[in-house]
Amino acid sequence: MDIQETNLPGVGLRHDFTTRAGRQLGVVTHRTGRRDLLVYDREDPDACQEVVQLTDEEADALAELLGAARLVEHLAALTQRIEGLAIDWLPIRSGSPYAGKAIADTQARSRTGVSIVAILRGDGAVPAPAPDAGLEPGDTLVVVGTTQGVKELSKLLGS
Amino acid sequence: MAHGAAVLLELGGVILGLGILGRLAGRLGLSAIPLYLLAGLAFGEGGLLPLVTASEFIEVGAEVGVILLLLLLGLEYSASELLGSLRATAPAGLVDLGLNFTPGLLAGLLLGWSALAAVVLGGVTYVTSSGIVAKVLGDLNRLGNRETPVILSILVVEDLAMAAYLPLVTGLLVGGGLLASALPVGVALATVALVLLVAVRYGETLSRLVFTPNDEVLLLVILGLALVVAGVAQQLQVSAAVGAFLVGIALSGRAAEAAHDLLTPLRDLFAATFFVFFGLQTNPRSIPPVALAATALAMVTAATKVGTGWWAARRARIGPRGRWRAGTALVARGEFSIVIAGLAVAAGREPSLGPLATAYVLIMAVLGPVLARASEPLRTGLGRPLTALAGRRSARPAAGEMRPREP
Repeated sequence: MDIQETNLPGVGLRHDFTTRAGRQLGVVTHRTGRRDLLVYDREDPDACQEVVQLTDEEADALAELLGAARLVEHLAALTQRIEGLAIDWLPIRSGSPYAGKAIADTQARSRTGVSIVAILRGDGAVPAPAPDAGLEPGDTLVVVGTTQGVKELSKLLGS
Repeated sequence: MAHGAAVLLELGGVILGLGILGRLAGRLGLSAIPLYLLAGLAFGEGGLLPLVTASEFIEVGAEVGVILLLLLLGLEYSASELLGSLRATAPAGLVDLGLNFTPGLLAGLLLGWSALAAVVLGGVTYVTSSGIVAKVLGDLNRLGNRETPVILSILVVEDLAMAAYLPLVTGLLVGGGLLASALPVGVALATVALVLLVAVRYGETLSRLVFTPNDEVLLLVILGLALVVAGVAQQLQVSAAVGAFLVGIALSGRAAEAAHDLLTPLRDLFAATFFVFFGLQTNPRSIPPVALAATALAMVTAATKVGTGWWAARRARIGPRGRWRAGTALVARGEFSIVIAGLAVAAGREPSLGPLATAYVLIMAVLGPVLARASEPLRTGLGRPLTALAGRRSARPAAGEMRPREP
């Protein structure tokens, strides 16, 4: 992708590029920190069809939204790229046979070949939990293994 | 009535009047400059309501106004930005100068004026009002357009040309005759060039020295610095305005940004005073005799500016519509035409120059924005006011419309 930078004397900088679908997008960064999001006109490529003024905060929020979506795509791509490897999030429900027991009790590794790499609890996480770490209802386990193994563990935990 | 009370009443009346005119101009989507000039005509000698006591303050205020206009213009740009633009836009800048300076010059000669007065009129018709253009581009949402860098670089080159032109004219107006003033003019131009070079080299150091996070101190330091440099420049016959412009150029970074915000309200007040003062000096009865010449000059120089913008935009490979937009955006003349004419009026040259410049700017400051708007295609021309209104309304969401983002 080719992003062009143009100096606007007394105003700031303009960056613009053409999307694969042929639309032209741009951003004017004012010295004051204000951003203008530009969508160029289809018929008159020199003019803007739409100009959206964004404050510093709004620009950050928009960037975060656009960036976040790409992060998820990256993760999805990552799983696909490593053939035969599955990463999954398994919830411990209150009815699970292992709610209130330790990781060792599940014998997950020996029975399914799947590793429990983290426990997500509330806002925090327990990375690389010890075998005697307890499982509580409401926890989510981050597990890595084969697709088949993850499926089996999911059944075992009653997720 | 006591003198003090009379001054306050007159001054208050004038400023309040300008406020109301400014508001009216905003409603009509016009620049306030022509209305300020009209107010000056009304308050001046031979006008509807001649001022008696406040004119002294207005005279000093007008001088400060010119200095602030140029100081803030300088603050907009850094020295390296100016020189960079100059290299890239030199051909368009030359076409601009040739097409728009010549009509004024010829008109002055045709009217039987002195060569010097004709050179001043050339300057009046040459400079586009960067204030009006910036406002028009913002109002019409054109800052992102591809022709906009073309327009902005032409304005930059004009501003740089002013840095050479103002000392030249100031020197010529003071010294009698071309030969006698060759030396002071040469000295003045050399000074300007030297200061520009120093600004490129040491601008950052100077900015760091001047900057303080305290707004009050920064305001006083920069305003004081600009006034002192302007005074020294005036003494050296370089023109006070150019001194202030160079101070603005030399400052960059944080100091320039903070100073820009702090000084903008002051600039608005004193620039308005300056336009009124210029109007004050012009007797309204002297306008009708020059009205025809001003109109003819306005028509010719509107066409030449459109031509300049068209040519420069085509050179930058902009499509036909963008060329038209670039041309019409450049038509407006305003503050700097008045600054230039003001120099000659202050020196007491050519009595009809003041009235002609007033009438000319009255026409161009109105015609410029109108033409720029007219260059929008019909589709957006109709849709724009509606979307602009809708945009303003949606800028303040109704309560509950916007939820805080969840973490």
